[in-house]
Amino acid sequence: MPAPRIDCDIHPAVGGTRTTLLPYLDDYWKEQVLSRAIDGLDLASYPPDMPLSGRADWRPAKGKPGSDLAMVQRGAFDQLGASHAICNVLYGAQAVYDPSMAAAFCKAINDWIAAEWLSRDTRLRASILVPLQAPDLAIEEIERRADDIRFVSVLVLAQGESLLGRRHYWPVWQAAEKHRLPLAIHAGSQYRSAPSSIGWPSYRYEYYLAEAQAFQAQILSLVYEGVFVKFPGLKVVLMESGVSWLPAFMWRANKTWRSVRVEVPWIDREPASIIRDHFRLTIQPFDSPPDAASVADLIEMIGSDQMLLFASDYPHWQFDGADAIPKHLPASLVSRMCLDNPLDTFPRFALAA
Amino acid sequence: MIDRPALQPVASAKPRLRIIDCDIHPTLHSRADLNPFLAKRWQEHLKTYGDHLRIPYVGTTPYPRSQPLIARPDAWPPAGGPPGSDVVYMRQRHLDPLDIEFGILQVLDLFIFSQQNLDFGAAIQRAINEWQLAHWTSREPRLKASILVGQDDTELAVAEIERCARVGKYVQINVSPRANEPLGRHRYWPIYARAQELGLPLGIHVGGYGGHAPTGGGWPSYYAEEHQSNVHTMAAQLTSLVIEGVPERFPKLKIVFIEAGFGWIPSAMWRMDQHYERFWTEVPHLKRRPSDYVRDHFWFTTQPIDEPDDARHLRALIDWVGVDRLLFASDYPHGDCDDPHSAIKTPLTEVERAKIFNRNARELYQLG
Repeated sequence: MPAPRIDCDIHPAVGGTRTTLLPYLDDYWKEQVLSRAIDGLDLASYPPDMPLSGRADWRPAKGKPGSDLAMVQRGAFDQLGASHAICNVLYGAQAVYDPSMAAAFCKAINDWIAAEWLSRDTRLRASILVPLQAPDLAIEEIERRADDIRFVSVLVLAQGESLLGRRHYWPVWQAAEKHRLPLAIHAGSQYRSAPSSIGWPSYRYEYYLAEAQAFQAQILSLVYEGVFVKFPGLKVVLMESGVSWLPAFMWRANKTWRSVRVEVPWIDREPASIIRDHFRLTIQPFDSPPDAASVADLIEMIGSDQMLLFASDYPHWQFDGADAIPKHLPASLVSRMCLDNPLDTFPRFALAA
Repeated sequence: MIDRPALQPVASAKPRLRIIDCDIHPTLHSRADLNPFLAKRWQEHLKTYGDHLRIPYVGTTPYPRSQPLIARPDAWPPAGGPPGSDVVYMRQRHLDPLDIEFGILQVLDLFIFSQQNLDFGAAIQRAINEWQLAHWTSREPRLKASILVGQDDTELAVAEIERCARVGKYVQINVSPRANEPLGRHRYWPIYARAQELGLPLGIHVGGYGGHAPTGGGWPSYYAEEHQSNVHTMAAQLTSLVIEGVPERFPKLKIVFIEAGFGWIPSAMWRMDQHYERFWTEVPHLKRRPSDYVRDHFWFTTQPIDEPDDARHLRALIDWVGVDRLLFASDYPHGDCDDPHSAIKTPLTEVERAKIFNRNARELYQLG
C-alpha cells in the first residue's frame, strides 16, 4: 500500500437544486425550488465549461466535472495517488442572498456529501458549508455536523459580504475552534462587490488573478482584528489561493505593522510570525517561478515547512499529467505537506475512519 | 517608518552618483495657492461645497493615519506651512544633502483624482498643473512636473494633456489607480494613444478613492489593512492593463507604477503566465506572454522598499523583477520615505546602482 497522502482540495460537483439536492431539502424548500425554478447556482467564479473548471480528461461524458463519484475516485486516488481527499463543494449556496435559503442549501449539500460521497468511500472527508450570511445559522450548521468527524473543516469563500476578521463572524470562529475545525477559505466570490478596489474587470482571467489579493486581504483582516488573540487554536487554510505571493506579502505586512502598530496594540508580534503559525496554503496552483533556483529561494523565503498542504484541486485544470506536486520542491517539504501538515492542520482527520 | 532618524549627508567612498528621485510630493501651502489658476466659479465652489469624494468625512481621510499628513516629523518647514510646501526648505533638507539631480513631482493634494464632480476635478487638475510650474519647476529646475488628469472624463483629460503638451516642460501624464473602472478598459484608451504619440510615460501613483471597497473582500477596519491594499490595487491595475491589451495596442507606451514597491511584481508575473495557459482563449488579442508585456512596458519605483530579514532575499527579488525596471524614489516628505544611501540593503554593482538611482529614470523621462 502506498504511503498515506492527503489531498486537501478536491471538488465534487452538485448537479442542481431540483436534481441532486432535492431529496435533501425539506418539504417547504422542495416546493420552493420546484415552483420557483430556483436552480443553476453554479458559482460565476467557476463556469463549468470554462477550461480551468475541468481538465479535459476529468470531464465526464455527461454532467459537470466532478459530478461522477467513480470518475473522481479514478482521478484523485488511482491517477494522482492520494490515499485520502477532502471534498470542498463550490456550488453557490454560499452566494444566496436569502439567509434561510442559503442555510437550507448548505444543509442539503452537507447531507448530500455525507450520504452519497463520504458514506460510499471511506477515504473521503468534507468541509462543512455554512451560510455566513447569518452567523447564527452558520453556527447551527456547524453544531449539526460536529459529531460527524468525517467533516474536518468549515468552508467559506474568499470574497464574501465582509472581511472575515470582522467581529460579527467571531461566534462562528468560536464554534469552529471549539470543534477543532480549521477555517477553509476557498477561492470564489459571492459577487457582492468588485473583486478589487479598481472596479469590475472585463475578463474571468482577471477575476481569477485578483483572488490572490482577496486572500491577502483576508489574512490581514483575520490577523489585525485579533481573531488569533481571541481564538489561539484556530487555523486557517487558504485553498486555491496561489502560493508564490506569500513572501513579499509577509514582508510588506511586517513593514506596515512596524509603522502603524499603535493602531492594533493587541498585535504584539510581527504579522509574518502570526501568519506562519495560523495559516496554511494548498499547493495548487503554486504560481511558481520557472527555474529550480528560484523555487528554492521562494521556499526559503516562506520560512516554514509547516504551511503547505498537498492538494490537486481536482477536477480544476491546474496541471497536466499525474503529478500534482509542483516542480522543484525539496523532498523533505513534499513529505511534510502530503501527510504531517494536513494531519496537524485538520486535527479531526483520522486516517482510518 | 516612524522612528527613523533625520536624513544626514552620507560620506561614501563610492564614486559620486547623483540621484534621480521619481517620487517627491509638493504640497499646497493652502488651498488659496490655487486661486490664481482657478476661475472665480470654481474658487467659490471649492469654498462652498469643497471636495465631493466617495468617503464618509469632509475633513479627513477615511482611515486615520499614523502621523499628521503622513509626514516625517523633520519635514515641517520652520517658516510654517505643511511638509512639502516650501521649496527652499525642500532644497535644504532633501535635494541638496541627497545630491538629487532631478526629482519628479507627484501631487496628491485635494484628492485630485477622486473628485466626484468631474468638471470641478478637471478645473483642480488644470490649476495644479499650472501651479507645479509657477511654484516649483520655475523656481527649482531640478524638479519636473507631471500632467495630472482624471481619466473618468476622458475627453477633458485629453484636452488637458493637449494644453500641457503645448506648454511643454511636463515629463509624465498621471492618472488615478482608483477610478470608476479598471485602467485597461477601452474607454480610457484615448489617453494612452495621446501619451504614446507625445512620448510621455503614463504615471500611476498609489492612493485615491474610487468608491469601490479597498479589498475584494470588503471594507477593512484598520489603516494597516487599507495601507497595504494599495499594493492590491496596483496588482489589479497591472493585470487590467496587460490583459485588456493596452501594451499590445500601444507598443511604445511606457507605464510607471509609483509608490507601490516591487516585491509583488514577480509573483504577479508568474501567476499571470501560469493561468494564461488556461485563459488565453478568453483573451485572444494578446500576442505574447503577459510577463513579456510587463518587462517591456512597465517600470516600478522602489519605495516603499521591501525589507526581508535576509538581504539575499532582497537580492533575489531585484533579479526577478530586473534591474532595468526599477526607479529609485524617496517619497519625501512622507513618513516612510526611503534614503537612497541606505534603503536598498543588499549589494549592488556600480552598474546596477547607476541604473536604479539614475540611468533608468534619465532614459525613461528623457532628462538631462
